[in-house]
Amino acid sequence: MADLLDKLPLPAFLKPADTGGHYGVIGDFDTPEALLRAIRTARTAGYTKFEAYTPFPIHGIDDAMGEPRSPLGRIVVVCALLGLSGAVLLQWWTGAVDYPIIIAGKPLFAIEPSIPIIFELGVLLSAFGTVFGMLALNKLPTYYHPAFNFSKWAGASNDRFLLAIEAIDPKFNPDEIKVLMDSLGSRCTELVEA
Amino acid sequence: MADLALDPRAELNPTLVQGDATYAGVTDAISVITESKPPKQWYYAMAVAIPLAGLLFFCLGYLVMNGIGVWGNNSPVGWGWDITNFVWWIGIGHAGTLISAILFLFRQKWRTSINRAAEAMTLFAVACAGIYPLFHTGRPWRAAYWLFPMPNELLGMWQNFRSPLMWDVFAVSTYATVSALFWYVGLVPDLATLRDRAKGLRQQIFGILSLGWRGSARQWKHYELAYLILAGLSTPLVLSVHSIVSFDFATSVIPGWHTTIFPPYFVAGAIFSGFAMVITLMVLARWVYNLQHLITIKHLENMCKVILATGMIVGFAYGTEFFIAWYSANQYEKFAFLNRAFGPYAWAYWSMITCNVISPQFFWFKKVRTSIPAMFILAIFINIGMWFERFVIIATSLHRDFLPSSWGYFSPTWVDIGTFVGTIGLFLTLFLLFLRFLPAIAISEVKGVLHNQLVSNKGGH
Repeated sequence: MADLLDKLPLPAFLKPADTGGHYGVIGDFDTPEALLRAIRTARTAGYTKFEAYTPFPIHGIDDAMGEPRSPLGRIVVVCALLGLSGAVLLQWWTGAVDYPIIIAGKPLFAIEPSIPIIFELGVLLSAFGTVFGMLALNKLPTYYHPAFNFSKWAGASNDRFLLAIEAIDPKFNPDEIKVLMDSLGSRCTELVEA
Repeated sequence: MADLALDPRAELNPTLVQGDATYAGVTDAISVITESKPPKQWYYAMAVAIPLAGLLFFCLGYLVMNGIGVWGNNSPVGWGWDITNFVWWIGIGHAGTLISAILFLFRQKWRTSINRAAEAMTLFAVACAGIYPLFHTGRPWRAAYWLFPMPNELLGMWQNFRSPLMWDVFAVSTYATVSALFWYVGLVPDLATLRDRAKGLRQQIFGILSLGWRGSARQWKHYELAYLILAGLSTPLVLSVHSIVSFDFATSVIPGWHTTIFPPYFVAGAIFSGFAMVITLMVLARWVYNLQHLITIKHLENMCKVILATGMIVGFAYGTEFFIAWYSANQYEKFAFLNRAFGPYAWAYWSMITCNVISPQFFWFKKVRTSIPAMFILAIFINIGMWFERFVIIATSLHRDFLPSSWGYFSPTWVDIGTFVGTIGLFLTLFLLFLRFLPAIAISEVKGVLHNQLVSNKGGH
């Protein structure tokens, strides 16, 4: 498969990076503070493709990694507007256009009695946008990930703080990274299969 | 951090979060519950809950086969125990959302060890509530066509969106959906923890349920924002739901229902009854799973204070209603309220006053707020009192129509009673299953609290 892709005249960004069958090097740290120090050191050393795995969110990790803010808020605003305007359209079209019937002498469509459903659909679609937007941004569900191959993986959801420097990093050199991670206090550093 | 009430150290399990606590200790303490056989108390509780849940399904089957005439509601009391139970259950659910969303936004750290169970309670309470309007349609398999705007050949028409009953459909179904999403999103990292501890089939099941969560920094980034947004959405949602439930009554022209005080009065009552149910369940959970170290007396005491505050609001609302009935100079309104207190349902009215206005006053005393038997009994009284509140509002306003020729008296049938007791059984069954199979305390959140504490211990501030 890889050979075939090499032969095709594709632009470079479409070809899978040559990772030598590796996901990357994962190091295993004791505390969030040790992990943050390792991330900062790795960034200073010029690595760009790395990921941290932690059992709970660590304050300040996004700054350490140079991560931009999550765009989830914008997704939710779009969904909220869809919900609010969809509710107006729904109530106006069904009540005043498609099936107009006068009940208790009230107008076929008015904004006041429409408010509760406008609000509820706004909240409902925002919640869908939040949850499914979060899952999409996180590429979930993903039932296989090479990081699971790390021998001490179970620690990442328990009490360990993992740092992975991925094989797609242009500076990737397993031996150098191992030395770096060990010097930063990693208890177990491994080259992990893809 | 001088305020003890906000200090996580004072709140959480001494063995979990004191100096020698570890993250692994937190994981073990909570996961082990789902990984080992339940204690014998769990079986005792199940032995009570499952037969009652069975009674529910029997009563519902009986209703479907015979029609809704098997319930006691009839002209003039067209709404009886069904809507009473619906409003009661929905109200109970509100405390779960209050704990998980509103206390989250207010950064009340003490919520951390009770929020998961309270959210589960919300879901199960809303499920129990939904049963009543669904089966009140008589043909629940067709109800979706009547309730939701689905294009269909069956009716060839659309719902009346100017009706508060339609608003209620949207409010309650949105509430159920958003509560379920909020709860599940909160569970995902903990399901991944269970997955990573498990082997074989169990690992596969939790692997699927946890969606392949890895806890990477990028995932946490989106996750934390999603959690915050969901809390922000749930806060106005929970206030809207009981407001809209109260519109079912308030927008009618029935004396005793047609009042503008209803939305805030219903919301306060919902939180009041919901916290009483949280206390009932937490005392039960502590007994079944020996969770005394996680659900501490401080948690319970804080909830007693919420009950005291909302109980005062509810009592004030009862007084305001009477004042306005007199001040309005509307003779029908005046009659409706005098009839409530001194008519054929006076027994229900004074039961409500005793349970809802008098019983929370005991929570002024710290001795009562920190005594498990006392708060359990008072919480049961409040649960009963809030059930009576809805019954009083519904039955007394309807039973004496404008013309004395159409006066009546509502009495429940055995199906009414069986269905109500049955939903309590279903609720307890679901809650016990939840305690047994899912992490009842948010593992990753407790670790976050523990981390803050370890850091501040080291930093000495």
